[in-house]
This record gives sequence, structure tokens and C-alpha cells, in this order.
Amino acid sequence: MTAISREDVAHLAKLARVEMTPVELDHMATELDHILSAVKRVQEVATQDIQPTSHPLAMTNIFRDDVVKPSLTNSEALSGAPAKIDGRFKVPQILGEE
Amino acid sequence: MTLDYLDYKAATEKYEPTLGLEVHVELNTKSKMFCSCATEFGAEPNTQTCPVCLGLPGALPVVNAKAIESSILIGLALNCSIAPYSRFARKNYFYPDMPKNFQTSQYDEPICVDGYLDVEVETDDGAKVFRVDIERVHMEEDTGKSLHVGGSTGRIHGAEYSLLDYNRAGIPLVEIVTRIVPGTGKYAPQVARAYVTELRDILRSLGVSDVKMEQGSLRCDANLSLAPIGSGELGTRSETKNVNSLRSVERAVSGEIERQANRLQAGERIVQETRHFLEESGQTRPGRSKEEAEDYRYFPEPDLVPITPDANWIEELRKRIPEKPSIRRKRLQTEWDCPDKEMTSLVNAELLDVVEETIELGAEPTRARTWWLGEISRLANEKEVLPTSLITTEFVAEIIALIVAGELTDKLARQVVEGVVNGEGSPKEVIEKRGLKVVSDDTALMLAIESAISAQPDTAERVRGGNIPAAGALIGAVMKATGGQADAAKVRELLLRHLGQGE
Repeated sequence: MTAISREDVAHLAKLARVEMTPVELDHMATELDHILSAVKRVQEVATQDIQPTSHPLAMTNIFRDDVVKPSLTNSEALSGAPAKIDGRFKVPQILGEE
Repeated sequence: MTLDYLDYKAATEKYEPTLGLEVHVELNTKSKMFCSCATEFGAEPNTQTCPVCLGLPGALPVVNAKAIESSILIGLALNCSIAPYSRFARKNYFYPDMPKNFQTSQYDEPICVDGYLDVEVETDDGAKVFRVDIERVHMEEDTGKSLHVGGSTGRIHGAEYSLLDYNRAGIPLVEIVTRIVPGTGKYAPQVARAYVTELRDILRSLGVSDVKMEQGSLRCDANLSLAPIGSGELGTRSETKNVNSLRSVERAVSGEIERQANRLQAGERIVQETRHFLEESGQTRPGRSKEEAEDYRYFPEPDLVPITPDANWIEELRKRIPEKPSIRRKRLQTEWDCPDKEMTSLVNAELLDVVEETIELGAEPTRARTWWLGEISRLANEKEVLPTSLITTEFVAEIIALIVAGELTDKLARQVVEGVVNGEGSPKEVIEKRGLKVVSDDTALMLAIESAISAQPDTAERVRGGNIPAAGALIGAVMKATGGQADAAKVRELLLRHLGQGE
């Protein structure tokens, strides 16, 4: 039994805005299944007293003071933009949402 | 079968509303949440951005300590527990106002949990306190601003393209989420308004935000569902966004109660959806459907380490929590013996602080209120600035002290205020430069009185004959001769005595 279906992969691809062919979907479903079963084995080992790790460093409370530093200029900020108007990023029509 | 339309009263006699509120507040830190860009409102587009808030590859965020402090202050003021360990999480979605394609937020480990806020609402049985339980207070970042171009409405539908300004992207945002508020019945709209009002006042008293609803630094979403009274069920909820004033909070909730009641009445089902509040009509219209939108795939933010606030730090912050604004208002009103209406004016004009300071500096409460609400507010209105920007509390207290000491009349004091406001210096300097001392020197006054009498001998004769009201003309002449700087009561006393009518 597979933990992840072809439909699951199609859904994730849509959420991640990745275009995938039917062949790629099949391939990825198999690959992700391998990955998830590996994760499942790790989960068998993890117990209540093991803190989940979101990053490898045992550090907390890394803060900076609330001080303003120079930003990019408008033209620097927009230098990588495919399209711009009046100092703003121009993006294609946004559909379906408000 | 035709059904009668249920008005608000009929709707709440049949259905029990369940309310939940989410308030977003922009913190007033100088720099952004995860980078050092400025947060100033109204700057030229895309001049307050950097690789971090533009989501450029390789950029690394660092948390603003002040934002953490403000969030803890908010939690403490709302009676929350402060989490000993909390983390940021990525909320993934694609939308152009979020340049990273995820919002850095908090998910299952918010910084503050389990608080409450008591709010008072006028009911048919007098004032009643409703407890609003706070589920969580969490930190996140604001999005950029979009401008939809093309189409007829300036709205997103029919727009040809959109323009993005990321100055606002990354400004610290705190979201305060209530649990469902049960048992409000027909008072749900008033409870919602009272909650947002009280919350706004608390945030202002903490000094953590500008809390300007009209500028979007405080935003409210209202969740509402209905169930038949006594059914013990929980209906499907809608979430109304775009509620941009306190009055709108109340209207949005009552409008939504009426809309849902009539749908249920007609046997239709309530769709779980986001609705937008329309300021003009007080109605809501549907926005995006929730069922598809909510798949954010949260996961712990790998670029930020956990936050573990030190207990001593929390206790230090707890000491800074001021008196709850509603309690302070009641206390001051009693201390000042201030009528309800005037108190409301002071609160609405945001003059409580300065009046309190002026009184602490020795001014008598009634005069302090009158000067701030009256002359100073009038001048501020004329100049279209805030009254508090015109004159210091020290100067107002000094001017009031001079009035009480009889060295200034109200009329002269107004001129002193005007002089101070126009930058002519301190009250003393203005009095000096403009020569605004009350003439109370008896000799100078007597000279003026005598010349008034000799100018109007007939009038003086009538006063001598017992016609006291006729003295008005003479007093007027004296006041004119002294340039309005004499104490009118003193003039009257001297004049009447001189004409043999004194007691």
C-alpha cells in the first residue's frame, strides 16, 4: 500500500505551482512514497521525550535591536522584476481571490 | 410558500448567535519584524525593502526584540500565559502581496495563550459584563499593498494587472484570536464592538501600536454562526473581513445575524466562507470560498530559532502593564466629578492623558477639562493638528494658575494661549510681550472710572439714584479704556462704591 497517491502529488504540485506531466506524477508518487516510508521508520524511533528538531543548532532567543538600517533603493529593489510601473512591481491579473 | 423576512429582533428571538473575533494589530516598531527596514507609513513605494522582506534567495531573517516585547506586553494585558517556548512557522501560499510565497507566522506554538478580557455592555437589565476568552496571541508579518489596475471598479475582479508595493511587507503584526463567545444573545453586535474598543484602548495604553482602524493598523475579522435557540448546536460560520471602524464591527455582526437567520429560515444552508463588509450598505458579500483555500502546509521556520522568554524578563514587563483603560476612566471620572458627556468627549478627543497631567500639575479639574476641550481644541481644529501638539501641559497648568490667582481673566488667558500656540514663547513671555496683565491697581482703575463718569454724567446720575443696571454702560467704558485687561467684578465694585451704591 502506498502512503501517497497520484492525486496527492497532483494536489501538492498545484499548491506549489509546479507543472507536472502524467508520467512525472507517477514517478514522483513512487519517489515520495519511498521518502515517506523512510520518515515513518524514524518516527518509530522518536518518542515523547525527544524534542522535535526544526533546526540543528541548540540556540534560542536570537534577537536584534529595533534599529532602522538603510533599505535598498527603489531601483535596486526593482532591478530583478520582470515588469514594473511607477516604482511598483507589475504582476499579471490575479484571479479567483479577493 | 412565502416566508416573512426576519428582522434583527425576530432573528435573535429564534436563533442564538455564536461570535468569534480575530484582531490584527500592526506594532509600532521602528523597523520591521525580521529585517531592519523602516516601517514609516506613507513612504514612496518600494523604498523600505531589502532582500529579507522581498524574499530574495539566501536572505536570512532576524527577529526584532521590541516586537517580542510588545507581543508579551499584549499577552500580559490580556491575562494570557506567556509560552516558555514558542516558534515561528511558515504559512505557505502563493499570492503576490507575499513576496516569499509564505508568511512567517506562528502555528501550534504561539507566544501567548489562554487569556481573557471582560467587557461591559448596556443591556435591558442595565450594564452587564461579558467575559471574552482569548485563545491565543501570535506574531506574524504584514503583507505588501496591491493596486488593481484596469476594469471599471478598481477591484480585483476585471483588473488587467496589479501593482505591488512591498513597504508594508514584513511589518510586525500581532493576531489576537478569541474563543467563541457564548451567551451573548441579541447583544452579540454590542459585545463585539465593546471588545474591539476595549482591546484598542488597551493596545494604545501599552504604547505598542498606533491602533488606527482607518489606516489599517488595527483590523478586525468577525466570525459568526447561528443555531436555533436551545438546540445546543453550533452552526456553520462565516468570517467577515474588511471591518474598518468600531461602528462597522457592530453593523457587520448584526447584518450577518440577519442574513444567516433568513437563509436558515428559507431552509438554505450557510456556506463556510469569507465575506467582505460593505461600508456603505452595512451588508456583506461573499469573498473566496474557504474550502479550497485552507491548505497552508505549516511547518517550523528553519531560519529562526525558538523563543524562550526569561521569567525575570516577563515579570519586568508585567510591572509595566498600566491600569486597564476602562477602570482608569471610571476612576478619573469620579475623581474629577466629570459629567458623562464631557468624559465621552475627552475620551473621543484622546485628551484624557493631557488633562490628567494638567491636573497633576496643580490645575483645578473643571478648568483643565474646559481649556483642553474648549479653546485649545478649537485652535487645533482651525490649524488641523492635534490639540496636544499645540501647547504643553505645563503651560496650560501655568495659565490656569494665573487665572485662579486673578492675574488673568478668561479673555486675557485666551490671548495668552493664542500667543503660546503661535510660538511667541512661554505664558510669562507672552504676557510680558503683549502686556496682558489684569489691571487691578485701584488707582489706575479709579482714574478710568472717573473719566467714564465724566463722559457719561447722566448715566452716573441714574446709578446714584438707585438704577444699578445702568452701571453696565459705565463698566463697559472702563473695560474699553483698559483694553479689556481689568477685572470686571473689581471695576463694578469700585464704581458702585464710588457712586454711593456699594454695600
